Amino acid sequence: MSTEVESGDGVHPGKPVIVDRYTVAARINHWITAVSLVLLALSGLALFTPALYFLTGLFGGGPTTRMIHPWIGVVLFLSFMGLFIRFFRLNLWERTDNVWMSRLRDVLAGDEEKLPEVGKYNAGQKMVFWSMSLLILVLITSGVVIWDQYFSNYFTIEQKRIAVLVHSITAIVAICVWIVHVYAAIWVRGTISAMTRGRVTGGWAWRHHRKWLRDLVTTKH
Amino acid sequence: MFTPVPNPTTNPGPAKFGEQDLIRRSASTVTPPAKRQTEVAKLIDVSKCIGCKACQVACLEWNNLTEEVGINVGVYDNPHDLTPNTWTLMRYTEYENAETGNLEWLIRKDGCMHCEDPGCLKACPAPGAIVQYSNGIVDFVHDKCIGCGYCVKGCPFNIPRISKVDAKAYKCTLCVDRVAVGQGPACQKACPTQAIVFGTKDEMKQWADHRIKDLKSRGFKNAGLYDPPGVKGTHVMYVLQHNDKPQIYAGLPNNPSISPVVELWKGATKYAGLTAIGAFAAIGFLHHLLTGANRVSAEDEKNAERLTEGRS
Amino acid sequence: MTNSWMDIKNADVVWIMGGNAAEAHPCGFKWVTEAKAERGAKLMVVDPRFNRSAAMADHYAPIRSGSDITFLSAVINHLLTNDKIHKEYVRHYTNAAFIVKDEYEFNEGLFSGYDESKRSYDRSTWEYKFGPDGFAIRDMTLSDPRCVFQLMKKHFAQYTPELVQRVCGTPKDKFLKVAEWVASTANGERAMTIMYALGWTQHSHGAQNIRCAAMIQLLCGNIGIPGGGVNALRGHSNVQGITDVGTLTAAIPGYLALPTEQEPTLESHLSKRAFKPLTPNQTSYWQNYRKFYVSFLKTQFGANATKENEFGYNYLPKLDGIYDCIKMFDLMHQGKTNGLICQGFNPLMAIPNSNKSREALSKLKFLVSMDPIETDTARFWENHGEFNNVDPAKIQTEVFMLPVTSFAEEEGSVTNSSRLIQWRWKAADPYYESKTDIDILADLFVRMRKMYEKDGGKGKDAILAVDWSYKDPLHPSVDELQAELNGRALVDLKDAEGKVVRAAGQRLASFGEMRDDGSTDGCMWIYTGFYGPTGNMAQRRDNSDPSGLGVYQNWGFSWPANRRIQYNRASADPDGKPWSEAKKYMYWNGERWTGPDVPDYVPTIPPERAVGPFIMNAEGVSRLWVRGLMADGPFPVHMEPFESPVPNLVFPKLKGNPVARVFKNDMEALGASKDFPIVGTTYRLTEHFHYWTKSVHANAVMQPEFFVELSEELAREKGIRHGQMVRIWSKRGEVKGKAVVTKRIKPFMIDGKPVHQVGLPLNFGFIGETKKASPINGLTSAIGDSNSQTPEYKAFLVNIEPIAGPVA
Repeated sequence: MSTEVESGDGVHPGKPVIVDRYTVAARINHWITAVSLVLLALSGLALFTPALYFLTGLFGGGPTTRMIHPWIGVVLFLSFMGLFIRFFRLNLWERTDNVWMSRLRDVLAGDEEKLPEVGKYNAGQKMVFWSMSLLILVLITSGVVIWDQYFSNYFTIEQKRIAVLVHSITAIVAICVWIVHVYAAIWVRGTISAMTRGRVTGGWAWRHHRKWLRDLVTTKH
Repeated sequence: MFTPVPNPTTNPGPAKFGEQDLIRRSASTVTPPAKRQTEVAKLIDVSKCIGCKACQVACLEWNNLTEEVGINVGVYDNPHDLTPNTWTLMRYTEYENAETGNLEWLIRKDGCMHCEDPGCLKACPAPGAIVQYSNGIVDFVHDKCIGCGYCVKGCPFNIPRISKVDAKAYKCTLCVDRVAVGQGPACQKACPTQAIVFGTKDEMKQWADHRIKDLKSRGFKNAGLYDPPGVKGTHVMYVLQHNDKPQIYAGLPNNPSISPVVELWKGATKYAGLTAIGAFAAIGFLHHLLTGANRVSAEDEKNAERLTEGRS
Repeated sequence: MTNSWMDIKNADVVWIMGGNAAEAHPCGFKWVTEAKAERGAKLMVVDPRFNRSAAMADHYAPIRSGSDITFLSAVINHLLTNDKIHKEYVRHYTNAAFIVKDEYEFNEGLFSGYDESKRSYDRSTWEYKFGPDGFAIRDMTLSDPRCVFQLMKKHFAQYTPELVQRVCGTPKDKFLKVAEWVASTANGERAMTIMYALGWTQHSHGAQNIRCAAMIQLLCGNIGIPGGGVNALRGHSNVQGITDVGTLTAAIPGYLALPTEQEPTLESHLSKRAFKPLTPNQTSYWQNYRKFYVSFLKTQFGANATKENEFGYNYLPKLDGIYDCIKMFDLMHQGKTNGLICQGFNPLMAIPNSNKSREALSKLKFLVSMDPIETDTARFWENHGEFNNVDPAKIQTEVFMLPVTSFAEEEGSVTNSSRLIQWRWKAADPYYESKTDIDILADLFVRMRKMYEKDGGKGKDAILAVDWSYKDPLHPSVDELQAELNGRALVDLKDAEGKVVRAAGQRLASFGEMRDDGSTDGCMWIYTGFYGPTGNMAQRRDNSDPSGLGVYQNWGFSWPANRRIQYNRASADPDGKPWSEAKKYMYWNGERWTGPDVPDYVPTIPPERAVGPFIMNAEGVSRLWVRGLMADGPFPVHMEPFESPVPNLVFPKLKGNPVARVFKNDMEALGASKDFPIVGTTYRLTEHFHYWTKSVHANAVMQPEFFVELSEELAREKGIRHGQMVRIWSKRGEVKGKAVVTKRIKPFMIDGKPVHQVGLPLNFGFIGETKKASPINGLTSAIGDSNSQTPEYKAFLVNIEPIAGPVA
């Protein structure tokens, strides 16, 4: 069985114990993705519903919103590819993830002692990871189909109609997944520093990703 | 002869309709005027059309458009499709009528149909970029257009075209500027055979009946008026020799309506989507309220320290 | 047109053949759609291609290009053998009853009097038999075997529907439907109009095509009545105008003749033309020829035209032959011409055998192009690759381009196919330094005259005698020129009682006021009245139509005498009553001829006097038999084009028109059907106007590139794909273009074998906004009609093959 450690992960004994969770590169990668996603959501929603059309103001008006949105999409896609390559190995589904999933009630209640020990990513994170991977793939594909500025001649109108519907629905799901992701980061205190400073406390790692911590300790020392 | 609209006076006068007569405005709600203007319509009698393209040239001239000189690709249709500069186009079909054994050269003037229920307007995300006047004219307002091409997807007739130059959507305006001063559209004015006539929608329907009677007397038993109910009727209508087979006229849709995909996108998806997003946000909020933050305890830190002790 | 554009709406049957009105006359075609929509008229189209007019038709019949005479003769035969003729009309209003000379014969396609060595007929046997009183002998029972009617029956008997199918490739049933629809109008209750254009004229037997049409209409009684007529559709808004003013090679304005070398004196010229009536009591209007001619000479030479010098007749050039543009270019090609002035003329494109034209232009010392646009002719010396492959270094012709105003930049009148003169006001200022044609020509004339004054030269007397007394000799005003065309009284004109009817200096109200003693001038009698004492009638714009028949008497001025339908006396029976209520037009009301139009007749001659309705003819009736007036026969005969894919199946001995003029190098340039098995025909497209609008952007957008129309069958046979580049070549040249493979052209079965035809639009050249193309007339032959010299553009032989090139 492979170890639950990614390159760059590290542990620094002390009081408190400090654990390196994300490298600088990974964090930059993440934040590019995050910013792109937020901008995409804002600009996309602006074009999705008249109620939010005012958001185009953030991007310099309707035409620039229309023009910029797909380019941000490209940035997101490439950036997310980076994340995917970085993270996909430890996001592979394991049997214990099923157990974790089956005890969702305990998860939501914060009773993590009742759950199996979790590696670097828990089943929820993996679900976010894989759903985002899939959703972004669908978004970029359908996005290209409706990117009329460059690709209008390559697709039929009927294909574009389906693409625009698929793009909208996918985007909504992606936003919902994003809400889950952000909420989890906020709810589970001590998480955000992993993506800001790259580090978490040993206690955080013990509580939420004990197997990861154990593996770190055994492999790194 | 259908009595043509007389030439206007050269004295300036007030426009016959304007902002106050809007019954639909894209991505916005409008209060429709208390009294709707008489609906206008252009009637294109395919059986009288000689395909001379005078309407095409008149459209270019009146609207000050410049189209590129293209090439011949083996047909009379030039340009080969509608473009941001070509708002109307003659489409030629050589149809072998199996019933009579006769060849028929069907020539249809393509262009915006000015639907009563315009799919372009429904799809448009930019407030006020597409408007519909109470006389039925659907017009694009270019300074509000963002060039997203949603109108292209909304249109059941494949009419709007996005300019590569300014990324705005273009289509026939039904010469809204001419109609506003009591004139018919430029194409109608240029048509030598009255294959295009213009008037109120009721007049046009009556005139069409007159024409259909003539066509039936000549053996076109399925002659009829193309005023598709799927888009609640149009303000550009055709008299067709074979109204039972509109698709033989260079793919005129049989029973056009706004695509159900577009309806779903602009209808249920919009509301359900926003609801879902709201719901997710609310659930998170509630969850936090009920369970509180998931904090790391001092015990957790201790356990970690214990695990790492002596391994520096 | 015998009738008017508007009158077409009165037709019950509209027959378009030898033309494509919807394509070339879309605005006039409106009246066809009116007749159909409002009157229930039937439209039939006979054409090699299923064209834009056919798209509007109730019945379409295909015909191999160049075989019209057989088709039309078979219609004549159908009318005669089925007794579907308007008998009273034929008896009283045509020369059916006239007896023809005993010496006249017709044998194997040739009429009596043929001289093969001269390629011409001695036409003396084609004359009526005259009685001792000097009048032609008639048999009003139409039963005399030598009367025109019986000769016709015999002459046309062999033109059966089966022959039509064999020669024209028209399926028998489709032909018969045409014949039956024609026959449905032979009764005075219904009318048929025939609309034709260059599809009939541009054949080596073009005039005979039109003869056939005239005969059909006379048999049906369709001449002179509303909704009838033989209507020549002019190809230009003012081409009627330019023929009226005498740009024909052997004419002076108003269809009067230029003198020939055989006519050294005025009297010798006039005596041949002032025809005496051939039947008792007739009005032969040409007896007034003298008045018109003298008035013309007075305008031309003013005070220098006196009774003593035969009104300056000796100043007129005397023709030693005809100088049509084919002849001109042949002379140029022989190096016999120094200079050419092209005024609104693009001969490199327009006249046949462009390669010969290009060589001819290269032999000139100078070429002047007066045109609003740059023409291909003005650029003939420039290398445009394969499209105009010349070496400019080898061409010494000096070319002058004089920019002239376009029609919208000057005022003046145009005369349309309806003979309707309409005013056009100036709409825009001229571009840059362009000048009107009048100013350029006036300047040229004044300078040349000065040179003659100083240096002398051949024809000096004539040039100095010309009356150029305009207020400003360099800028004759439109008003002055119009007054010249119309004519004035030069002294007080008095009637028999001595009362002054027209004071000196006043403009004439009608050509009836012209005199032959030099007391009037007027250089174009047919227009007299259009700028009469009451002002400019061409400017009238009253669109009221009290009769509802589309007469519009107070809109513009329709020559002659503001008459809208010619020969309109024939709309009433010999007693002066309308043939039917449905066709009521001009009639005798007991005192005079009346109706919505100006009677084509002396208005006060009562029907009892039995004066024939066709007062321009010495017979007083119309001619089913044309005597010696046509070079190639008193009756039409089936003649194949000079280049034909098949032998003459009707008269095997006839090769082309036996009397057509053929220049030596044109004969050598004829191709044989074994090398060139496909019939080519040229025509214009509605999107363009001749060779002009290829320089107009919007028109170029509508039809951007030269193409060839061919059948799916021929495309399969030659392996040609839709939209592919093809090469088409004849014995004379080649062109390349895109293939438009269409169901609208089908091969013809001629005598059991398929014959293919291709369609070649003529509007493209190497100057302008459209894609460059070689002049289509690189393919065509210069041999033309024996009467009009119109080249045979409509039927010649080509071959075709696919070539590499951009495939769309």
